[in-house]
Amino acid sequence: MKPVPKPTPETQPFWDGTAAGELRIQRCLTCERHYFYPRPNCPRCGGDQVEWVRASGRATLYSYVINHRPAPGFEDEAPYAIAVVELAEGVRMMTNIVGVPNVPEHLPLDMELQVVFERRGDVSVPLFEPAGGAA
Amino acid sequence: MTIVIAGASETDEVGRLPGHSTTQLHLEAARNALADAGMTIHDIDGIATVGTPGPVQIAHALGITPAWLDGTGVGGSSFLFHVRHAAAAVRAGLCRTVLITHGESGRSRVGAGRFGMGPDSLLGQFELPYGVVGPPTSFTITALRYMKETGLTHEQLAEVAVAQRRWAHLNPRAMYRDLITVADVLDSRMVAYPLHLLECCLVTDGGGALIVTSEERARRSPVYLLGSGESAESPMISQMEDFTTSKGFRLSGEAAFAEAKIGHEDVDHLMVYDAFAHVPIYGLEDLGFVGRGEAGAFIAEGHTSPGGRLPMNTNGGGLSYTHTGMYGMFAIQEAVRQLRGEAAAQVPDVEVSVVLGNGGMFASAATLVLSNRLP
Repeated sequence: MKPVPKPTPETQPFWDGTAAGELRIQRCLTCERHYFYPRPNCPRCGGDQVEWVRASGRATLYSYVINHRPAPGFEDEAPYAIAVVELAEGVRMMTNIVGVPNVPEHLPLDMELQVVFERRGDVSVPLFEPAGGAA
Repeated sequence: MTIVIAGASETDEVGRLPGHSTTQLHLEAARNALADAGMTIHDIDGIATVGTPGPVQIAHALGITPAWLDGTGVGGSSFLFHVRHAAAAVRAGLCRTVLITHGESGRSRVGAGRFGMGPDSLLGQFELPYGVVGPPTSFTITALRYMKETGLTHEQLAEVAVAQRRWAHLNPRAMYRDLITVADVLDSRMVAYPLHLLECCLVTDGGGALIVTSEERARRSPVYLLGSGESAESPMISQMEDFTTSKGFRLSGEAAFAEAKIGHEDVDHLMVYDAFAHVPIYGLEDLGFVGRGEAGAFIAEGHTSPGGRLPMNTNGGGLSYTHTGMYGMFAIQEAVRQLRGEAAAQVPDVEVSVVLGNGGMFASAATLVLSNRLP
């Protein structure tokens, strides 16, 4: 079984979003910039007037490793990429890349991606596949 | 007030020590450092160490009643933070002489703390769900971005391990001493592409301790603390601002160099925390010894190897000497040995040594500027 994240009060809206098939991130009403991970204040300007918005789900591949020593639940997928993607809104998050062989030739940095969701128990986690769908 | 390291020692052995608990490693290192300083527990009124088992237990086990405690636990850099904090405390008159200890049964896991973060922690929610298996699969995640943006090659990354093995070859205490080639590194097992086994640090047992006090209390030739700096960036590597440079490295380095009033040309010896082969590359650039994207070639050309103009990680580093999990203590110990002229792979005429410590995965950082003379 892959690890299942357990929401906390300040992260619950993020996980409510993924369960609904939406990638929701926060945006500061003062400096108008998006930020991630969920927290009650803007890390750039310190403002606490913030809102949850639906992200476009578009992203690019910022960096990754290809892990040859699988974590529990990932045995069937090793070697697999652990990636950091940059959303169109400018924030980054860790994820996995699906719908494409996880080998360097198929994972050029800056390739365009789109969000998909994987159900794990009561929670859905955001993963990313090549823009335009699985190869 | 002039602050000095008046005593420094590691455990009798480092490596595989299944007969030592974590606490024993702390206590053995502490006794060795006291003996090195020509002091006893009655000289110590300040204690600093990380969370396992923590300053209360270490002080009590040694028979020390502290007037000042520091339990800063921000990863492998913590002991550099302790030196900086101890210096401030001694200057402020909060205590007179501080004992800083490290002990970690990283390999044998005897009496060791547990790993793991809950599923409701920050990492548990936003990194661990993606199959992270500790530092080898996440500390390394910046490397490909760095390679793309600077042109660093796989061969140059491998050269970091080759260079450090040259130093370990000269150090009888190092765990791995046989000379290696770039091909050996690239042929070693892939752990997390682009990092091979020989580009990843060891996992060992061991410890070390330091005694920080004012110059007049030192009973042997001291090592002077000329400057220090500390900073932090992100608790999750995925949230690091720029994957090609460490903010903590830059800021702590700038602060330490400024306080010490030194320039790069003054530095004779350098220790950069090397949990993985890419980290010394970031260290060289973020401390300003070379320009952006130049560190790979600098190391490959031999400038950090024996006989080079900037000897770096002269004990063999975490890649070849030892790495208990929180390596920073060993980086400081090697700088002290070099400044005393007591190192196994002694560099001639070392007067100024810089130590850069990493904590977590580019999460915290501290820099010390040490010297065997006052400017």
